[in-house]
Amino acid sequence: MTMVDMPDDVLSLGGEKFTSRLIMGTGGAPSLDVLDQALEESGTEITTVAMRRLDPVARGSVLDVLRRRGIKVLPNTAGCFTAGEAVLTARLAREALETNWVKLEVIADERTLLPDPIETFDAAERLVADGFVVLPYIGDDPALARRLEQAGCAAVMPLGAPIGSGLGIRNPHNIELIVEAAEVPVILDAGIGTASDAALAMELGCDAVLLASAVTRAQRPDLMAAAMRAAVTAGRTARLAGRIPMKRYAEASSPARQG
Amino acid sequence: MKITINGGAVELPAGTSVGEAVRTLTSLTSGVAVAVNGEVVSRSAWESTPLADSDLVEVLTAVQGG
Repeated sequence: MTMVDMPDDVLSLGGEKFTSRLIMGTGGAPSLDVLDQALEESGTEITTVAMRRLDPVARGSVLDVLRRRGIKVLPNTAGCFTAGEAVLTARLAREALETNWVKLEVIADERTLLPDPIETFDAAERLVADGFVVLPYIGDDPALARRLEQAGCAAVMPLGAPIGSGLGIRNPHNIELIVEAAEVPVILDAGIGTASDAALAMELGCDAVLLASAVTRAQRPDLMAAAMRAAVTAGRTARLAGRIPMKRYAEASSPARQG
Repeated sequence: MKITINGGAVELPAGTSVGEAVRTLTSLTSGVAVAVNGEVVSRSAWESTPLADSDLVEVLTAVQGG
């Protein structure tokens, strides 16, 4: 980055500015120590956490790790199946964590973990009305993304593939359609398997990537976190640089020889 | 009176406050939120909010996930 004149490139999200475009999840890490190292290597400035019943014998807290690192805590509503559950969970998170940000996640069923668009939209409307900065996790659906933006969401977070699947971005065309139409940031959420997936998300024009399993379940989470950090930066830089068009035939990179 | 905290039945004296009920579970005050019968009780109201028989109390905190 020191060799070229990079434009000022910050992520504006929910009225705040961030340098990192990699948002980390915390699910799947074998221990808090492993998570801590991965977060450091990722360079993330925002990390999402779930809300669950307090375990009186639990030792250590993910909150302690995030606070020590100065990482913004983004509560999510993982585990909710209805708008009502998600709204209550968001309100509890606001109370517990003193933030009005929420990653809205309303799941349709346990087998696919795909987001339920009807419940998600219902919850989004209620949370926006209640003053939340709402970041909804959705399918790769351009129409739903537009409706959620119109409803006042601060970003849209389409999936690349089902949660934890590592299948990458199954429908890049739809992600591009969402990016083209969106006035709010588009955050590619779920499905990332390896660094090239994260780079592709950014090359397609996403403003950020959210991932968890790809790092936390990697054989070396700290190393994969470093790879994801580099991939997001590379993909973003390539997007800003403007790639060459794909062509059916060759185009010589040097002039043809004369005579 | 009998109330339910995080799914477990607990016998507490009549008039027990939300704050007293939370302290049967944890000494933490930050990073914790409480709902009684599906409604959030803000921390500033814990001590002044009495519980009633058969109330359902949920005490939540942030954990790894999502």
